[in-house]
Amino acid sequence: MNRNKTILYSLILAFTIVAPFAFPNFGTQLATLWLMIIVAITWDMTGGQMGYNSLGNIFFYGTGMYVAALITIGLTYDVGDYTSAAGGGIYEFTDLEYFGGMALGILGAGLFCSACAIVIGWLTFGLRGPYFAIGTLGVAIAAGELVSNWEWVGGGQGIALPVYPGDFDTGKTYFYFLFAAVGIGAFLFARWLYGTRFGSAINAIRDDEEKADAMGIHTLRYKLYTWAMAAFFVGMAGGISAFQLIHFEPLETAYQTINLGIFMVVCVLLGGKGTLWGPVVGAILFHLFKEVTWNYLLGWQWVALGALIVVTVVYFQDGVMGWLVHKKPEWFGIRVEKKVASGSK
Amino acid sequence: MTTTIDVSGVSKSFGGVVANREVSLSVNTGTITGLIGPNGSGKTTLFNSIVGYHPIDSGSIKFESSEISELSVQQIARRGLLRTFQQTRIYGAMNGVENMLISLPHRKMSIWDALKTFTREDYERADHLLEFVGLYEKRMLKSGDLSFGQQKLLEFAMALMNEPTCLLLDEPTAGINPTLINGLIDRLKRANSEFGITLFVIEHNMRVIMNLAENIYCLAHGELLAQGTPDEIQNDQRVIDAYLGAH
Amino acid sequence: MDQILGNIGLLIDYPVVNLKIVLDGVMIGALFALAAYGLALVWGVMNVKNLAQGDFVIAGGYVSWWLVEHGFPALLGVPVAFIVMWGIGWVIYKLVISRVIERDLFTSLLATFGLAIMMAQIMNLMFGSDTQSVDLGYPTLHFFDGFIDVPIAKLIGVLMASALAAGVIVFMKSSRMGQAIRATAQDARAARVLGIDTEKVYAFTFSLNSAICGAAGAIIVMVWIIQPFYGISYSIRAFVIVTAAGLGNLPGVIAAGLGIGALEQYGAHIFGIGYQQAVAVMLLLLVLLYRLIQQRRNRQVLK
Repeated sequence: MNRNKTILYSLILAFTIVAPFAFPNFGTQLATLWLMIIVAITWDMTGGQMGYNSLGNIFFYGTGMYVAALITIGLTYDVGDYTSAAGGGIYEFTDLEYFGGMALGILGAGLFCSACAIVIGWLTFGLRGPYFAIGTLGVAIAAGELVSNWEWVGGGQGIALPVYPGDFDTGKTYFYFLFAAVGIGAFLFARWLYGTRFGSAINAIRDDEEKADAMGIHTLRYKLYTWAMAAFFVGMAGGISAFQLIHFEPLETAYQTINLGIFMVVCVLLGGKGTLWGPVVGAILFHLFKEVTWNYLLGWQWVALGALIVVTVVYFQDGVMGWLVHKKPEWFGIRVEKKVASGSK
Repeated sequence: MTTTIDVSGVSKSFGGVVANREVSLSVNTGTITGLIGPNGSGKTTLFNSIVGYHPIDSGSIKFESSEISELSVQQIARRGLLRTFQQTRIYGAMNGVENMLISLPHRKMSIWDALKTFTREDYERADHLLEFVGLYEKRMLKSGDLSFGQQKLLEFAMALMNEPTCLLLDEPTAGINPTLINGLIDRLKRANSEFGITLFVIEHNMRVIMNLAENIYCLAHGELLAQGTPDEIQNDQRVIDAYLGAH
Repeated sequence: MDQILGNIGLLIDYPVVNLKIVLDGVMIGALFALAAYGLALVWGVMNVKNLAQGDFVIAGGYVSWWLVEHGFPALLGVPVAFIVMWGIGWVIYKLVISRVIERDLFTSLLATFGLAIMMAQIMNLMFGSDTQSVDLGYPTLHFFDGFIDVPIAKLIGVLMASALAAGVIVFMKSSRMGQAIRATAQDARAARVLGIDTEKVYAFTFSLNSAICGAAGAIIVMVWIIQPFYGISYSIRAFVIVTAAGLGNLPGVIAAGLGIGALEQYGAHIFGIGYQQAVAVMLLLLVLLYRLIQQRRNRQVLK
């Protein structure tokens, strides 16, 4: 790592730590920003790097929420009793039960989602391009519908978790740092992964899967691993969200196909598909846009968001990073050799 | 002499069109074998059958004495039987070195090996093979910008990078500048003799195949028509008739 | 679980219930088939997978509903929705679709997904989020001691859907534009070389699709209910039907449409009405898996 990069990373880390204290009024928005960064980075692992555009990654978010909540509740009480009483303050959690349950719940959510990714991927990775997108979208919608009819996990009412035991502002900061930790983890993981032989292999799958097949790359295995890794982080993010939101229900919060499910794709396209920084940049831009429209375009914010999706997809698909690569290739270490260089090393 | 590929009685039809009927042939270990025939005689179909691209209707295909006709493309490739495509397939958005690194033999890696970064040896091997096919100077160029012939050479180098035991080449000289063909013949022969790779080559250019192969099979209308040394094939009346369309 | 078994038992004990379910399913399936045919047309001709298909249907429904609210006769809704949605389809083609045709398929999928969100939200702002329907005021016919009731409105709906389908088929077979559309679907480049203005064909096809959907929506509002956010389930059904039937296979599309209508009604009967959406999506997944297994037998993938 050269000096400029060290400085850049230190600045970002410093900002991450200072931000919730410097902007106390925006604690929740900053936490949501990290959530967007997590889902964007992980979407790009399959979408940008491997060429499998999933519209169903939200499945892992929703499943993560439920798994984390069920683990936490189940360690202390009977889940059926808890959900039929709709939480409602009857059930008390000690600090140990709350934080211990949360830790196990979030980790369990990640692992369970990885396992789901393996199973769903094994069934759907024979689908290519738009079929994969529609198939995964179908999985996410079906999961939401089924869960909302499943009374044991609260049905359409969803689940109410206990509130954070400390004071309100500490809780906000606490969840901010949980998201930030997973986000940084996901970023560093992706950064490392893309530099390995495995990273090259999934790029090969993206560019020409049939050729990758013919070269004997274990395409299915690598696809499953990649999706499982992405699902792990999304599942953990979902688990954190469950505790942050306190109450969640299946269709609008957990398996929110047309909200977060599509936002993550737009973030990546906006920032630049298949690049390390693209999802991060895109998530920041998208989140800003969303907060501004939500505050100033009363009632029309959703229309504006739909328009942003259409405009991004149709007119600006290379995203910010793609545009930068095109304009300033030397920043990315790409040598553009106009004339055929001879003997240059 | 042992056989690397043993095809016996293979038939394949698409709908009502018979592409291969009862084809039997064998490729001996360590040799260069040629496959010729007029357009539409079923050469590429046979290649596709061997590498597992589609299931065959009947017959058996053995690679190193074990049946492979039920295996998928990947599984066959992982046994060390590789093919190049008639319409070259390289990763156009990447440069030559990246193309080479992607072609490392993943069959020889555990998942933990795959999760390592490329080693110095990987890079050296890539550079060495790029030099072998004469693309060293252009190794940092985006390979989609290379000429068709250079892309073919790159694909050949990628195949060598994969350390196959047997390589199926589908028209390696088609689209290559005639002045470069002699160099290519030489490289194919060296790949055979120095790296010990068994070659099975579809070729339209008679001069090339007669120079290259020790043993040649000729297909016509999906059936095996003749087999022999280059001399025998050149003088076989049936082969001449097939090419002149005297059927 | 007991309830599910009980519902299945009901089907066996009273076979006439099956008839009712199939009849209901076929009547609604005819409308699914219309939307699916439009999708197959656009998919086949310009390789655009339109996820806003269902929102076109709902928009057509609102056009008809708006007319009735303003005192126009209900049956006028169908032709007016056809014309209005033709115009809207043309505008959307020029603004968005024309720019995604040559791009990869995910682009068109995502662009139309964004479009779907926009359309649903605009309708929500314009018409509110309540469910709406148009009452034709016709009586209901009863058969089998009242076990089966067929509202005349539904019969009219099915007849209009059939008439529309027949009209489209005749148009595609005999008109010059229909021929140009079929030629473009087979090979756009060859069509261009032969002097067909493919740009015009694309614009026409997309507008036609939008108009068919609009008319279907106008019929749906008479026999069922609409709501701004119902679009996605119609899109999913259209995808199920086209994926099951394949492109350019009109009899297949109709059969699959009717079949899915009936299956959905069965699902709703057996599992309860809350599962209707889930059944539609599960059918999509099942069809995809079936196609996948079929392809895997030939060592191919579904693309």
